[in-house]
Amino acid sequence: MYSQKVMDHFMNPRNMGSLAQPDGVGRVGNAKCGDIMQVELSIQDDVITDAKFKTFGCGAAIATSSMATELVKGKTIQEALQVTNRAVMEALDGLPPVKVHCSLLAEEALHAALWDYAQKNGLEIEGLEAPVEDIGDHH
Amino acid sequence: MKTIYFDYAATSPVRNEVFEEIKPYFSSFFGNPSSIYQLGQEAKQAIETARQTVARVLGGRTDEIFFTSCGSESDNWALRGVAEALQQKGNHIITTKIEHHAVLHTAQYLERHGFTVTYLDVDQDGLISLEELEKAITPKTILISVMAANNEIGTLQPLKEIGAIAKRHGVLFHTDAVQAVGHVPLDVEEMQIDLLSLSGHKLGAPKGIGALYIRKGTPIHPFLLGGGQEKKQRAGTENVASIVGLAKAMALAAEEMEEETARLTVLREKLINGLLEKIPHSQVNGHRTKRLPGNCNLSFAFVEGESILMLLDAAGIAASSGSACTSGSLDPSHVLLALGLSHELAHGSVRFTLGLGTTEEEVDYVLEVLPDIVARLREMSPLYEDFMKKTKEETV
Ligand SMILES: Cc1ncc(COP(=O)(O)O)c(C=O)c1O
Repeated sequence: MYSQKVMDHFMNPRNMGSLAQPDGVGRVGNAKCGDIMQVELSIQDDVITDAKFKTFGCGAAIATSSMATELVKGKTIQEALQVTNRAVMEALDGLPPVKVHCSLLAEEALHAALWDYAQKNGLEIEGLEAPVEDIGDHH
Repeated sequence: MKTIYFDYAATSPVRNEVFEEIKPYFSSFFGNPSSIYQLGQEAKQAIETARQTVARVLGGRTDEIFFTSCGSESDNWALRGVAEALQQKGNHIITTKIEHHAVLHTAQYLERHGFTVTYLDVDQDGLISLEELEKAITPKTILISVMAANNEIGTLQPLKEIGAIAKRHGVLFHTDAVQAVGHVPLDVEEMQIDLLSLSGHKLGAPKGIGALYIRKGTPIHPFLLGGGQEKKQRAGTENVASIVGLAKAMALAAEEMEEETARLTVLREKLINGLLEKIPHSQVNGHRTKRLPGNCNLSFAFVEGESILMLLDAAGIAASSGSACTSGSLDPSHVLLALGLSHELAHGSVRFTLGLGTTEEEVDYVLEVLPDIVARLREMSPLYEDFMKKTKEETV
């Protein structure tokens, strides 16, 4: 059902945990649909220096959180915005169709964390919109 | 790695005794039971002997047993066959919110075709209320369909009491006994059951064989039209080998039931109590005693079922879950939601079902590995983090 990459990121998640002093925190999803993702970012001079996640959800949800945080580390904010759900899926060698929403959730969690950072610092990030409260039903 | 199998409610391996018994029917006795020559008549005889066995185990008569291709077919046939036959009399059917989809989807199909269906609630243990059942009966009610044992939580319904109510009101009573046959005592006479569905692969017979018990005189239309098999009620050349296997498995299960129930109940209780003790914030789903001997269903707060199953699988253990992710939809199990569980706890459910091959060592192995799996996933869970922060604040 899952690719080897997905299994690897599920069994050995990268960047799991939280940061002592995150610059941006995003949490999306809900318990109703069964997936909740939280992403925390450290940002210095426009560059994401660290990223951590915590996820309540299925194997794909955990693997996409792991991969998404891995992909944005070391990137500038503008580069991180290019890390779409498609990019996360590709990096994982694909996901079963019913699990595509997990990758959307990962993208949304990243954006929510960046939005939080922008709000806290009175910044406007080009191309970033306010996070959707509940994307659980976008399937 | 050898799989440690804890999913007997999903399916079971064919028992050796059954396999040995049915082998000749694939080759030596391959005849069509409808043929008049010796080879055909031998196959015919095997089916009729099997029918006697099935009837004896259920407490019914031989001419009341009809072989089908699976439990789902039996359920479809019972509901649609009776609905069609009695539509002049009434258009109301009563069932429950926790039925298997073979019943639920058939009931919904009938709703699209002019029938009204009452879906009875269940309490937190999964039991229907007999009072509500009786209140739901109207002059238009033609059928009550209540499952004998639930496939997810193992809860056993009071069949005898339901049968008495149905009888008193002159309404037919169908029970989906797919999970019950071979595992708990059933008697269609004592329980006043008019129709009963069963399936072979839940008790050590092959997949793709089932039966419907139909009390003599029950108005019902045939389901599969064609040849004259099964007294013109269910066409199709009989699955002779599997029919023989079903009867063998039912006879064995009946003989061994008392002993096996005692053995499994001990193992089940060890598993349930051990997990409750070792894993904080966990709960049992389903009735604690009115329960299939081999069913253990628990919810673990703050974690999700599919990820538990994947880590169990990595440890060589096969189990199942009521989480949405394992059902291919966004909603978790309708059964767990009907018990009143929150979505979160329904997503965090795991079902272990024990069977003939289950040993105490296997139970011990689950007790050894599952607490670490849940702890590991809780470490990852933002919900657990919230909970820990909250308890910390409260204790400060
Ligand atoms: C309660 C119940 N009813 C019906 C069925 C369907 O049986 P079958 O798989 O033989 O179609 C099952 C099997 O999953 C079941 O557990």
